[in-house]
Amino acid sequence: MSNSVELSIAKAINAGLAKSMRDNEKVLVFGEDVARLGGVFRVTEGLLDEFGDKRIFNSPIAESGIVGTAIGLAMRGFRPVAEIQFDGFIYPAFNQIVSQLAKLTNRSAGFLQMPVVIRVPYGGGIGAVEHHSESPEAYFAHTAGLRVVSPSNANDAYWMIQQAIESRDPVMFFEPKRRYWQKGQVNLDEATQSLHSAATLRSGNDVTVVTYGPMVVTALQAAEVAAAEGINLEVIDIRSLSPIDFNHIVESVQRTGRLIVAHEAGTFVSMSSEIAAKIAELCFYHLEAPVIRVGGFDVPYPAAKLEELYLPDADRLMEAVDRVLAY
Amino acid sequence: MTAQNPEIPMVQLLSVDGDFSVPKEHAVYGELIRDLREADFLKFYRDMARIRRFDHEATALQRQGQMGLWVPAIGQEGAQIGSGHGVGPNDHIFPSYREHGVAITHGVDLMSIVKMYRGVNHGGWNPHETRFHLYSIVLGTQALHATGYAMGLNFEGRVGTGDPENDLAVIAYFGDGATAEGDISEALLFAALNKTPQVFFCQNNQWAISSPVGTQTTVPLYRRGEGFGVPGIRVDGNDVLACYAVTKKHMDDARGGLGPTFIEALTYRIGAHTTSDDPSKYRDADEVAYWEARDPISRFEKFLRKQGIGQDFFDEVALAGDVIAAEVREATFALTEPAMENMFDHVYSEPHPLVSEQKAWLQKYESELGGHTTTPGDDGVSYGGTR
Repeated sequence: MSNSVELSIAKAINAGLAKSMRDNEKVLVFGEDVARLGGVFRVTEGLLDEFGDKRIFNSPIAESGIVGTAIGLAMRGFRPVAEIQFDGFIYPAFNQIVSQLAKLTNRSAGFLQMPVVIRVPYGGGIGAVEHHSESPEAYFAHTAGLRVVSPSNANDAYWMIQQAIESRDPVMFFEPKRRYWQKGQVNLDEATQSLHSAATLRSGNDVTVVTYGPMVVTALQAAEVAAAEGINLEVIDIRSLSPIDFNHIVESVQRTGRLIVAHEAGTFVSMSSEIAAKIAELCFYHLEAPVIRVGGFDVPYPAAKLEELYLPDADRLMEAVDRVLAY
Repeated sequence: MTAQNPEIPMVQLLSVDGDFSVPKEHAVYGELIRDLREADFLKFYRDMARIRRFDHEATALQRQGQMGLWVPAIGQEGAQIGSGHGVGPNDHIFPSYREHGVAITHGVDLMSIVKMYRGVNHGGWNPHETRFHLYSIVLGTQALHATGYAMGLNFEGRVGTGDPENDLAVIAYFGDGATAEGDISEALLFAALNKTPQVFFCQNNQWAISSPVGTQTTVPLYRRGEGFGVPGIRVDGNDVLACYAVTKKHMDDARGGLGPTFIEALTYRIGAHTTSDDPSKYRDADEVAYWEARDPISRFEKFLRKQGIGQDFFDEVALAGDVIAAEVREATFALTEPAMENMFDHVYSEPHPLVSEQKAWLQKYESELGGHTTTPGDDGVSYGGTR
């Protein structure tokens, strides 16, 4: 019987970080308030006591500096895990991420490797003030040289953070902040999936619902509602936003003929744009309906009192299910 | 004359006429020059003359369509060769994009630089081997990489042990224009907070394309680090000996655990910003003439002649320059086009399905058209070692 324990997503990332830090002394954790406080979400709580201030330390409030020094540390042979405190605070580091971190391996013809992980709590639903609820993942998925992943459950969080740290490429690690406290069983013995593979979390033959991160739970809720109406949704968590495990999605859509892609981010030039275009190409003769996208609106993330209207919920997914089944 | 206040004291060991003298307050730097031998002086001169000759040749090659762009460093040879030799052989250098002189002090093949500006690759030399990192074109970014690297040296205990085999430091090069970038300020802050073994070497060549230095700062640049806790010093950037001594002193101090220093080398960009620039549109010929009279190479030549170095040496260096120029020209004409696969290779260190798919697609597409004309496998990279 496997060694399994129930953890929240936040605690699972914490346990994964600790495991990586134990296994490899080159792993460093830093960012704003990550040391004594354990980060504003307490994801790094307790690591200072175990590993000391040479392995986990607070950075000044300078996001470009956090990523820029992470690059220099990687050049020296370290494996930095940098935390950006909130999604909306990542833009001061955009230049270092897009022009430097993503390109240095290519610019150096492979002489430099960039095993850097950037952890980003992202998404809405926590009633926060502005700049604390954004979903900027498509900017990074669009950037060649970066890998982009997002776990949706505790077991994935535990293993994916370790796999991201082991990667020789830079990994943007998007953490679904409103799900940090969602608990799940974590298999401490072995990872059952690789970093860039998709997972089918619920099987069904009527409609495929592809999503990731915080919307996975929403999709599973919608699947319960649909089942009560006699509609079987297949829910796929892509887990990796770059690269995307398209084979997994194609296999499903070839069976269902119908695809909904959902995320919190606005749909214009988004992850769902890419998935819809690619599936239209790969599954043209299997599709019974156009690919329907469900997302936030293409507006700045609204004030907290309006976010319930902005964020897609199970009802909005069901509205899309009805539409895709009407063809 | 310029936006720079000439009354600000700076370390100068060679007068414009090539006379060596050490002001009492700069004795510590003078001592480092007294440790040098004649061979060192001749090396400094050879390197400055070599890089200038190369620079002229590269400009000519660009004008003849052999390079997409050239970025001349003419006038800055004293700052670059002096400081480059002040950096220890195992120290790491994080350059901007004009540091051709510094590059040759650390054994970077000149053709690597030609290839980059020709458009064969984006750099392609091995920074682990040369310890001279890739050119950084987005201004100031490399200062943070240098600081991160230096933080790593601290964590590894490679600082302040007193063991010359163990201790290391890093130096970041950037210009007056780059000081306006936030990354320079952030790098200064991180460096001060972590007491990194590091020198910030600012070549103030007084022009950021068409913007004079007075549009980048209201305070002399050597004071830029003060508020962050990084002490600064100004050196005459056209005095190769002063640049050597000041850089060596503060790199030695950094290696010894005394923390970072900001060095402003006051120099002048005699040439254009790049071959796409036309400085006659924004600055006076008088100003250029003023600085040409303070040229670092002719100043050092005067010094050497006063030391008794004869015409034979200067003839030999001039001849060697012609040989290098001819070699660069020949090697440039001999360059093959990069293989098309190069754009896909090394986007990631581990396989990535999208890149693999697109590479395969282009190979198939090109082969159906009759094949791409470049030599397969030639990636235009100067390896100079194992990968």
